[in-house]
Amino acid sequence: MLPESSIPGIAHAQPRKRPHGLFKSRGGTWITSLSVLVSLLALLPIAFVIGVSWQIGWAQIEALVWRPRVGELLVNTVLLVLFTLPLCVALGIALAWLTERSNLPGRRAWSLLAVAPLAVPAFVHSYAWVSLVPSIHGLPAGVLVSVIAYFPFLYLPVAATLRRLDPAIEDVAESLGLKPWAVFWRVVLPQLRLAICGGALLVGLHLLAEYGLYAMIRFDTFTTAIFDQFKSTFNGPAANMLAAVLALCCLAMLTAEASARGHARYARVGSGSAREQRIVRLSPLLTVLALGLQAVTCVLALGVPLFTLGKWLIAGGREVWQFSELLPALEQTVLLGIAGAVLTTCAAVPIAWLSIRAPGRLQRILESCNYITSSLPGIVVALALVTVTIHFARPIYQTTITVLLAYLLMFLPRALVSLRAGIAQAPVELENMARSLGRSPGRALWLITMRLAAPAAAAGAALVFLAITNELTATLLLAPNGTRTLATGFWAMTSEIDYAAAAPYALIMILLSLPLTGLLYHQSKRTAGR
Amino acid sequence: MNALELTALCKTFGTQQALADVSLAVPNGSRMVIVGPSGSGKTTLLRMIAGFEFPDSGSLTLNGQVLVDATHAVPAHQRQIGYVPQDGALFPHMTVADNIGFGLAAKHTSRHARIAELMDSVALDANMARRWPHELSGGQQQRVALARALAQQPRLMLLDEPFSALDTGLRSAMRKMVARLLSDAGITTILVTHDQSEALSFADQLAVMRQGRLVQSGRPMDLYQYPADEQTALFLGEAVVMPARIEAGWAHCALGRVPVDSQANQGTTRIMLRPEQLLLSSTEGSGCRGVVTEREFGGNTCTLTVALQADEDVPGQAIPVRSSGLQAPNVGSVVHLTTVGLAHVLKKTAALSLS
Repeated sequence: MLPESSIPGIAHAQPRKRPHGLFKSRGGTWITSLSVLVSLLALLPIAFVIGVSWQIGWAQIEALVWRPRVGELLVNTVLLVLFTLPLCVALGIALAWLTERSNLPGRRAWSLLAVAPLAVPAFVHSYAWVSLVPSIHGLPAGVLVSVIAYFPFLYLPVAATLRRLDPAIEDVAESLGLKPWAVFWRVVLPQLRLAICGGALLVGLHLLAEYGLYAMIRFDTFTTAIFDQFKSTFNGPAANMLAAVLALCCLAMLTAEASARGHARYARVGSGSAREQRIVRLSPLLTVLALGLQAVTCVLALGVPLFTLGKWLIAGGREVWQFSELLPALEQTVLLGIAGAVLTTCAAVPIAWLSIRAPGRLQRILESCNYITSSLPGIVVALALVTVTIHFARPIYQTTITVLLAYLLMFLPRALVSLRAGIAQAPVELENMARSLGRSPGRALWLITMRLAAPAAAAGAALVFLAITNELTATLLLAPNGTRTLATGFWAMTSEIDYAAAAPYALIMILLSLPLTGLLYHQSKRTAGR
Repeated sequence: MNALELTALCKTFGTQQALADVSLAVPNGSRMVIVGPSGSGKTTLLRMIAGFEFPDSGSLTLNGQVLVDATHAVPAHQRQIGYVPQDGALFPHMTVADNIGFGLAAKHTSRHARIAELMDSVALDANMARRWPHELSGGQQQRVALARALAQQPRLMLLDEPFSALDTGLRSAMRKMVARLLSDAGITTILVTHDQSEALSFADQLAVMRQGRLVQSGRPMDLYQYPADEQTALFLGEAVVMPARIEAGWAHCALGRVPVDSQANQGTTRIMLRPEQLLLSSTEGSGCRGVVTEREFGGNTCTLTVALQADEDVPGQAIPVRSSGLQAPNVGSVVHLTTVGLAHVLKKTAALSLS
């Protein structure tokens, strides 16, 4: 039916069946199906929550949920959030303003020190405090350690946004007769709203999800209660129902953040590059107070963990360095981290590619599936995977595959955000170019777009790796017998109150996290936002 | 023989009709320029030929091979069609040599020689081979993009406004170089541009597009002299358009009696003259009288605005007239205009004159 081609080189060029549907190439259809698959997987924990509620039935749900124990947990959780969030927000804004907008001596160093606590896993923070002040417990302890462990989540986006604000807007406000304080309240603070909301959401979700931190200081939250329940009754309805309530709390928090964020978009209007930020000169008294705030924060957030670790390491001497146990734990952690990071990054590729190259309603739905799941606590994801694998996929129950799946569900957005930024920097025209030079769509994607997005993908993979290194809850619940990562090894030691033997594990975790925390700091200097 | 044949191509994006029933034949070895204002669908057409977009209906044939029809489509990578976009789109992670060699077989023994040959053909110095794209000037980037597209010995070369990012002097030099290079290689070329002067100078075949439709195609000189309608006339260059009454090959208009190119037309219509067809004459009594109202000095030529005065008192139509820059009459002086050649009788096309 086709006339013979006159040029021998293209004699193989058989016309394909005309592509139809959403994406006009075979590659596009493949990518769409893959991203739908990943997103369906992401819906698993939600399906689990709905499924168990359905199975248990309303009468028993009532019996399990309307009891004093649940009320007590709810009060604990709400109080924790209500005290911790405002403190984190205030501390984050104060430190960010001081390091970005004032002439505080050593601003750069303070700025790095404000991010550094992220390298210390939350449960190591609370280990440090418990061994420093053994009597510490309950709500005040919970609030103290939470603020210290999580305030960088607010500092980072707020500082990045402050750096990018157009100083001309503040100049205009001042020229309209506003005093400096009024300028801050009426012009600067409203522009920080997105950063504050994003950071506060992140902190809030951590408060709901964290297990190790609160278990160590004997403060009961939903997560610790579910964990205990799971330990005593395994996969029982009580644990599942608590998980459902916890999931609801998370969804409520997501909704609250979305409505607080509103529809506002704060973008610079107009062209040309913004001028340098104006630096406020602090009075001597204020300088002393500011330095005091920075120093106290630094001592609490870095000094205490480092001091305690140092104390235990010295006290433990050479005996605590049990290399026959430490090295396998390090190896397993690194292997799990690399495998999880690679898997998660690969799974994020189709969704990231779609969101840049073919944005639409389908892609937005797929993306929000992944965000919702990753906002669910690790313990809910773990319970869901336990239930599903026991009932439907017995062969992979308590295998590394399940652990990696949990990492994928929990940390996909970290890879997604980076990857999306990377792909956005590779213009579609380059991919087209490669196709016109004879490369198939798949090859063009790999040779050009993926190659150009590689640095961003690596950054995303590093963030996932960091998260996996410090992951405790899901690993404890899902890992096959004999698995001992740095985090679970540390946990096993502290559970035996062998704080000295736990110290090397904590030190290695911190050292592993440090370069990646540096990367996070570096990234935030370039991009503001969540 | 025609290398490329487009038949009844249609394409809509949402509610926006990008291409409406476009048919065009491109003769073998010719340099076809598709010109039109932005949003006219010319880039969509080019991307469709390259295989980056697919038409809703219609067909596309290259050297007798069907590239797209109602049931089948050859994907871009099997078309062997060269493409040079506006910004060059060099791969930022590859050196100049790797960019040029991208379309060549990786293990080919003569790869190095071929890259050197291609660089030489686009007048790039051999020591540029190891440079990175960001170290090149705009003109050099375009040369690399051209060499890269030439490497695969394309059956057809597509150029999407390749000179518009360059500055004026470089632009015409590049244009000449590219035109000569492609002619020597005998490669059929399609260039898309919104710049009419570039279109007229590069093309040996010209096609004018507007609002997704192909308005007119043919030799550049023909389109310039005999445009299909008033909009095309104005798009291809400055024009004097005025109402006229046609009688037996002569138009009676504000310029007096002017010979026209059409014997068939009778009655009232509109005629078009290019400004260079109007000559200033100092001789009293010859041609038509007018007053210079504006003078725009432009170096070697000076553009005058002359208000025609058929009657002594009523100010007539103001028309542009070219004059040598040094001898241009002052504002307010009375001049006489004579015409050269034939005036073109415009067709009455209401359908397309939306703007």
